[in-house]
Amino acid sequence: MTQSNRLPRGGRIDRSRPLTFKFNGQTYQGFAGDSLASALLANGVDVIGRSFKYSRPRGIIAAGAEEPNAVFQLGATEATQTPNVRATQQELFDGLVSQPTSGWPNLNFDFMGLMGTILGRMLPPGFYYKTFMFPQAAWDTYEKYIRKAAGLGRSPREPDVDIYDHLNQHTDVLIVGAGPAGLAAALSAARSGARVILADEQAEMGGSLLDGGYTLDGQPAAEWLKATLDELARYDNVLLLPRSTVNGYHDHNFLTIHERRTDHIGDRAPANHSRQRLHRVRAKWVVLATGAHERPLVYGNNDLPGCMLASAVSTYINRYAVVPGNRLVLMTTNDNAYRTAFDWQDAGREVVAIVDTRQGAAGAWQEEARRRGIKVLTGHAVIEARGRKRVQGAVVSGLSPDGSQALGSDQVLVCDTLATSGGWSPAVHLSCHTGSRPIWDDEVIGFVPGKTVQKQLAAGAVAGRFGLNECLEEGASLGALAATNAGFTAEPAAVPTAECRPETRPMALFCVPHHKRNSRAPKQFVDFQTDVTAAAIELATREGFESIEHVKRYTAMGFGTDQGKLGNINGMAIAAKSLNQTISETGTTIFRPNYTPVTFGAIAGRHCNDLFDPMRYTAMHEWHVKHGAKFEDVGQWKRPWYYPKPGETMQQALNRECLATRDSVGILDASTLGKIDIQGKDAREFLGRVYTNAWAKLPVGKCRYGLMCREDGMVFDDGVTSCLGENHFLMTTTTGGAAGVLEWLELYHQTEWPELEVYMNTVTDHWATMTIAGPNARKLLSELTDDIDLDRDTFKFMDWRQGTVAGVPARVFRISFTGELSYEINVQAHYGLHVWEKLFEHGAKYDLTPYGTETMHILRAEKGFIIAGQDTDGSVHPYDLGMSWAVKEDKPFSFIGKRGMKREDCVRTDRKQLVGLKTLDPGIVLPEGAQAVDDPNQPKPMKMLGHITSSYYSANLERSIAMGLIRNGHNREGDIVYYPLENGRVVEAEICGTIFLDPKGERQNV
Amino acid sequence: MFYIYCPYCGEHREEEEFHAKGQAHLARPKDPDACSDEEWGNFLYFRPNPRGLYHELWVHAIGCRKFFNIARDTQTYEILETYRIGESPKLSQSTDQQQS
Repeated sequence: MTQSNRLPRGGRIDRSRPLTFKFNGQTYQGFAGDSLASALLANGVDVIGRSFKYSRPRGIIAAGAEEPNAVFQLGATEATQTPNVRATQQELFDGLVSQPTSGWPNLNFDFMGLMGTILGRMLPPGFYYKTFMFPQAAWDTYEKYIRKAAGLGRSPREPDVDIYDHLNQHTDVLIVGAGPAGLAAALSAARSGARVILADEQAEMGGSLLDGGYTLDGQPAAEWLKATLDELARYDNVLLLPRSTVNGYHDHNFLTIHERRTDHIGDRAPANHSRQRLHRVRAKWVVLATGAHERPLVYGNNDLPGCMLASAVSTYINRYAVVPGNRLVLMTTNDNAYRTAFDWQDAGREVVAIVDTRQGAAGAWQEEARRRGIKVLTGHAVIEARGRKRVQGAVVSGLSPDGSQALGSDQVLVCDTLATSGGWSPAVHLSCHTGSRPIWDDEVIGFVPGKTVQKQLAAGAVAGRFGLNECLEEGASLGALAATNAGFTAEPAAVPTAECRPETRPMALFCVPHHKRNSRAPKQFVDFQTDVTAAAIELATREGFESIEHVKRYTAMGFGTDQGKLGNINGMAIAAKSLNQTISETGTTIFRPNYTPVTFGAIAGRHCNDLFDPMRYTAMHEWHVKHGAKFEDVGQWKRPWYYPKPGETMQQALNRECLATRDSVGILDASTLGKIDIQGKDAREFLGRVYTNAWAKLPVGKCRYGLMCREDGMVFDDGVTSCLGENHFLMTTTTGGAAGVLEWLELYHQTEWPELEVYMNTVTDHWATMTIAGPNARKLLSELTDDIDLDRDTFKFMDWRQGTVAGVPARVFRISFTGELSYEINVQAHYGLHVWEKLFEHGAKYDLTPYGTETMHILRAEKGFIIAGQDTDGSVHPYDLGMSWAVKEDKPFSFIGKRGMKREDCVRTDRKQLVGLKTLDPGIVLPEGAQAVDDPNQPKPMKMLGHITSSYYSANLERSIAMGLIRNGHNREGDIVYYPLENGRVVEAEICGTIFLDPKGERQNV
Repeated sequence: MFYIYCPYCGEHREEEEFHAKGQAHLARPKDPDACSDEEWGNFLYFRPNPRGLYHELWVHAIGCRKFFNIARDTQTYEILETYRIGESPKLSQSTDQQQS
């Protein structure tokens, strides 16, 4: 292919570096410095996609972030697939592979195109709401095809091969946009010594100055631009970030910048380079110099390839040396766009006519057009474009002075390019991200940033000041103001003066009227990406959608990945007119982060794979790994779940672990249990207030189990607390609850009872904890300690002793979560593995068996011990659990939870209560969560009595056991209830006590 | 993302270091057992949801672990002041007063 639209000279491209790229399977050539869009236009590629709803052929409209059509899938390999890339913002590199994301099954003839023609009238706004609602079950099917047809791109099916970074930045002044205003602001701020970040989404800084044509102080603008960038680059206090889009403006001047570091080099980042970086910036002051987007005019068939923004045409000519056609018709509401016709003519191509919508427009620009011999039709408008896959003609008609009616007879101008300008809409997006509403300005004919609480200034076009001189001056003065506000002494930098032709007043025109009503006229597109027409917006208002937010949602205007950058203002104006309101009354929808799509890679940064979430390992972790443990995540901890031997199923392993523990001795790594060290003269009083039971008389050397409730009386954690000294306690919590319990204790201490002298800190990680349980536990331990008297009458159940185990200092707690004779050995964490291995050395003759969390669950369930968070869910109080023994109501202080569990609803006798359940068929293990009913044959919805909270197969009892909540369950022992399961089966179970094994607790007291 | 001044650390820190804990100045009744169900219910569950000034309890969870109060505008998210437990806010308004 030849680059038929490439000019022989000019532009900011490097003709010595030709690049080869692919689009839609075809190979093309461009040059270094091209964007993907400019390279496609250079090659004369007109159709680059099909539209979302009607499947109409679409071409490139814009040259920047606002491009709605040229949104491509990039990537030469599966792992580097990137959806949602705007070709206008993608720099060309050698070997780039791109695909259109719309136009399934192919670009030039597609199924949906045919359907679109046939169904055209059947696709009104709200079509999806109206059509795809019923039956609900079919949505999965609809969605698949809608997505495919809509061309949203796809995610890679292989893991991303690149690295992404996050960088936290603190700066005095962040300047968003490096056009004339931003550059001038940067100069002022930088010279004051303030830390400055200047971010711009383009590869080259300069904004509109790059598009050529401007002279500053009589010199080409490029010279001032170069001098300015050179100066800024010299300052240590300035960070220049090209290819960096400020995508989000969040509370308290927190902004996120998406920097594309290597996307211009290749498909993959070079080795050891991060591909993209997310800068998380906390700025003292922000200067928004984001510029403005040109508004296209809305007229019939304005989506035909060849219909473009006037400024985009200028950009392609001046920056990329690409003229995207041969014969131009320009329609404009303002003087500024005349520049495009002049650029076109200077490029040696034909300007058919300038169609100016204003009556009798006359001034310097019109004079220049006449001098150049360009035909100017004032008081006229292009009401319709003609053509199939490319513009072939423009239907021009007279326009009433107020722009409301097409008048007179039509003439057809033969052309292949139709550039339009409806004026400029300030890019207020960032200023809206924190909730500030933009304000309509009739002078600007656009929304400008509204009142904000952010430390933010807006300079240049974003503030509605479109003249180059105004932009430079305002930038310089606001850059100085931002630095001053941030605490520096700053003066506005001296800026050059641009020679500008004076401009006469533009006209506010948002929809060019056709002779036919909009609903009968050729489609007048407002939002190209979501295929919303002027008629659709009018229909939405007729159907009663009066709020612009509702119109947006009903029509899908602004719902695309471009967020309606191009069409929203036109759409709002059309809605306003249809509602007989002013634009100001109608208002805008809300712009939200992100300004342009951000890759998931950049959002995730390094927080993926091993660094996704911190993982916590116990001191014995390597041993568990070596011995084949399967692990379970509990909070961030990796806990051994069970230890299968070769060839064992999970259930076989559990059976073996359970039997070994009850028959001889088993060992559990219990290091993950939360441990909180509590000290102070009021520690005991404090415990009495936060636990439901009594702590006043617990002597040193003793342990006690306690329940914790919230103020509503519901159980939220439990554990054993031991008295280490008169004013010193060690509290244990559940593994997952540790951090929450400590914060909760601090809350009460700091805010309610600061007068109590009590100090607490986490010591979870300081200790390695191993529980040996089973009839041989004492014999085993006795081999490893010679200074702890293990005699059953001196070291009783619920005692603890300090001493030496396996040669290292240890605290040994005789507590039991299995109901067996059991010792919890605590040693400093770095001795953990040593003691663990010593236990196995001596334990071999007892067949010491490691067991994991699953066996722990079974063993405790055999004893009816609860697990907070499994058998409780925040709606269960101690009495529901049958644990009245753990509540001491006559404590002098009204402990947390006491009042709560006395509320009317909490003292009902028919509450859901925790009971044991035995299936009549002992081989069936009920699924946890199964709901009980009294009558399985009752009509649905059935009256549910409560659910199974814990359910296991017990090898010791040779049957299944379960615990669950049953309404009024404590009074229903012996009753049969039914569990209808998802598979249609109904399981019968008998209500029983929660203690299945050793009800008198003899085993733990031996 | 908020930028919060911890009155104990004496520094602005990122929101990630803090946890929000709900309404501030919500004192636990001195004698809970003397409260009616309705009074206890109000203490447990009922919170104002003002548009504008609101006083909240926060904790510098991944920092000094101290609880403190924030006066915040719920509409603009501005933090108007932060102050230690036991101190009184400089800003207050009737809709946001201590309930008990």
